[in-house]
Amino acid sequence: MDLEFSKEELAFRDEVRSFAQQKLPAEIREKVDQGRPLTKEDQVRWQKLLADKGWIAPNWPLQWGGTGWTPTQMYLFDDELGAAGAPPVIPFGLKMVGPVIYTFGSEEQKQRFLPDIVSSNVWWCQGYSEPGSGSDLASLSTRAVRDGDHYVVNGIKAWTTLAQHADWIFCLVRTDPNAKKQQGISFLLIDMKSPGVTVHPVITMEGDHEVNETHFEDVRVPVANRIGEENQGWTYAKYLLTHERTSIANVGAIKRTFARVKREAAKVTSGDGTLLDSPVFARKLADVAIQITALEYTMLRILSQVARGGAPGAESSLLKVRGTEIQQSITELLMEAGGYYSMPFVAEHGKAIGPEFTARAAANYFNYRKVTIYGGSSEVQKNIMSKAVLGL
Amino acid sequence: MDFSFNQEQTLLRESVKKLVEKDYGFEARHALLKSDEGFSRAMWKSFAELGWTAIPFSEADGGLGGSPVDTMIVLEELGKGLVLEPFFATVIFAGGCLRRASASVKAKYLSPLINGELLSAVAYAEQDSRFDLFHVGTTAKKDGAGFSLDGKKIAVIAGSAADMLVVSARTSGGVRDKTGVTLFAVDAKSAGVTRTSYRTVDGLRACDVTLQGVKVSADNVIGKEGEGFALLDAVSDEAIIALGAEAMGIMEVLYKSTVAYTKERKQFGVPIGSFQVLQHRMVDQFMEYEQARSMVYWATMMLHKGTGVAKAASALKVQLGKSGRMIGQAAIKNHGGMAMTEELPVSHFFKRMTMIDLMLGNADYHLDRFRTLG
Ligand SMILES: Cc1cc2nc3c(=O)[nH]c(=O)nc-3n(C[C@H](O)[C@H](O)[C@H](O)COP(=O)(O)OP(=O)(O)OC[C@H]3O[C@@H](n4cnc5c(N)ncnc54)[C@H](O)[C@@H]3O)c2cc1C
Repeated sequence: MDLEFSKEELAFRDEVRSFAQQKLPAEIREKVDQGRPLTKEDQVRWQKLLADKGWIAPNWPLQWGGTGWTPTQMYLFDDELGAAGAPPVIPFGLKMVGPVIYTFGSEEQKQRFLPDIVSSNVWWCQGYSEPGSGSDLASLSTRAVRDGDHYVVNGIKAWTTLAQHADWIFCLVRTDPNAKKQQGISFLLIDMKSPGVTVHPVITMEGDHEVNETHFEDVRVPVANRIGEENQGWTYAKYLLTHERTSIANVGAIKRTFARVKREAAKVTSGDGTLLDSPVFARKLADVAIQITALEYTMLRILSQVARGGAPGAESSLLKVRGTEIQQSITELLMEAGGYYSMPFVAEHGKAIGPEFTARAAANYFNYRKVTIYGGSSEVQKNIMSKAVLGL
Repeated sequence: MDFSFNQEQTLLRESVKKLVEKDYGFEARHALLKSDEGFSRAMWKSFAELGWTAIPFSEADGGLGGSPVDTMIVLEELGKGLVLEPFFATVIFAGGCLRRASASVKAKYLSPLINGELLSAVAYAEQDSRFDLFHVGTTAKKDGAGFSLDGKKIAVIAGSAADMLVVSARTSGGVRDKTGVTLFAVDAKSAGVTRTSYRTVDGLRACDVTLQGVKVSADNVIGKEGEGFALLDAVSDEAIIALGAEAMGIMEVLYKSTVAYTKERKQFGVPIGSFQVLQHRMVDQFMEYEQARSMVYWATMMLHKGTGVAKAASALKVQLGKSGRMIGQAAIKNHGGMAMTEELPVSHFFKRMTMIDLMLGNADYHLDRFRTLG
């Protein structure tokens, strides 16, 4: 047992830290710290800075822009950037469809799509869920019917995050309605500019426009845009879902948002002192601090197992469940710290009525209810663990 | 012991229920919420015509002499519709202050309030007061026969539309002294009053109020000079109990709509309500709701009797914070993504319930207060 990182690992961490200090634009850092949504321009600007450094797709194969880092380096990288207030990269291209394309795509698809993902020239969104298919994703009913060299796609994809910015969408579609549910599904890449694709905003409870419904009406998609085999889409999607889950607990970002709650609470007058002097609030903070430590060391244990060649299994479900619960507690504490100034409604880019931190305090508490729902809800994760870990 | 309602009370409930069901559909509410004032003056007029604005006031004051149980019934039903009109702010909170005022203040402000012609709100919170009602930095200096007010009040719910603001200001002592606070009835249009209005996350309207040399006549003091905190504290307890009734209506909708949704929504070929983890969570909602309801009834009866009101109000506020949080979060969890959207009522009830915890002191604050009340 050894709790320390090696000298090389520490040197690597310093390198990432100084990169973030030098390159992360202050306006972007500030928005992230204040929990404000980024514009498309902000997001692309930061991703391009990472791409220039060669750090945009660390887990990718070297030939497509990867870094060849060890799992520990990968962890340190995410952790440092999270701590620095860097926005997480939009996952749909870099963490989701990219890995599917380089793992299951044709050579031609790789050449065509991967460079634009790495350079952030093309924005992707994810079209899995449907109004009738959430946790039970395999029941999806968006139809793709073969017509010569094309599929004709009809259906609705729900919850397409940031589809309003997207150039392309990757979709699961049903190509064989007669096969067993998981078996008649194909994985299609669809140009959002195709005739028949329409994006309908869905406003979430905090008032932001983050998700959409994307409709497909007789959309013609070249067969060449199918990943792998027809009716094998579910296999590729499952592969992707594991990718999604492991990237969900960012301890660095969690620690930063927690530190911010402490910093802001220290400025809130309460009684004769500040909120930090309030025993009740201070105890809640301490409780979350301990939970973060437990999460961090669970993460590190899983990491060291992976570093020794093991595969992350159902443990990533643990990280997802606990990580998201902690994130929610932090948003709740910040809202509580805001007191009456958490009440004003402040639109995505609006000005605070009270102290700056209160602008998005309630909004983020409401918005973060999503984190235990998407990416496999907490209940679904627990089902996975009860089967895979407990053998129930 | 009898927890049933008399015939008049049943009729009152029916009449509020009817209005909410008929005129306060989800779409209608949404349109109101987005309108300039954020509520309907015509609706307010109907409230007055139906006598609701007169309920808590004595017949001598021109009211109906209703009991706290009557108020509870109205607020519970208004809560189920997430009604936007400032009933709580004007009738319960400001009205509670005015009920304790001199005959001349009553004549000037309470009578028109009861008739539905005057809207009012209480401006008590300040930037650094957090939940302490006695923490008052706003000053009221003697100025000829009257006073001159200076300071800033925040988060005045329904303050933007108010014709008159009940303002707490310091006539003597230090910022955190419990004596030396005085309540004033301030015409909202007085010179030196500036309001910055905003929407609140739960769809209400509120404002911050800056007071700069605002002249208020000595006649407009509510209660006794220097004893405003005690008065405000008592009114706040009454207001918390009324807020409890609203919350009770909200929690009922939250948990029942969750149960209904999980019976309809199918995944894996079965209603999601058949998953035991969701069932147990809904049973927890049910239990929390029933506990909260008992606390509302109990506190309302304590208010009726007029004993132990402060402790009852704090105990209730703790229960509301706890139950409201559990029931609300569970409603969102069990719905899944659909609950995240503005399109479904559940998110709106959740937001209101969340804000109720912040109003008039949150659960932590009242747990401490309960403890210190002995
Ligand atoms: C803000 C947001 C952004 C999203 N972005 C995207 C996106 O970009 N692309 C995309 O494809 N999807 C996206 N999603 C969809 C997301 O993946 C789904 O919301 C999620 O899969 C849950 O499905 P559902 O919302 O239909 O809930 P349901 O599946 O209807 O679940 C409702 C409740 O039942 C529970 N439940 C379901 N099945 C079981 C079971 N077997 N046992 C126990 N409990 C169960 C759930 O945990 C939940 O509590 C997003 C969702 C949100 C809220």
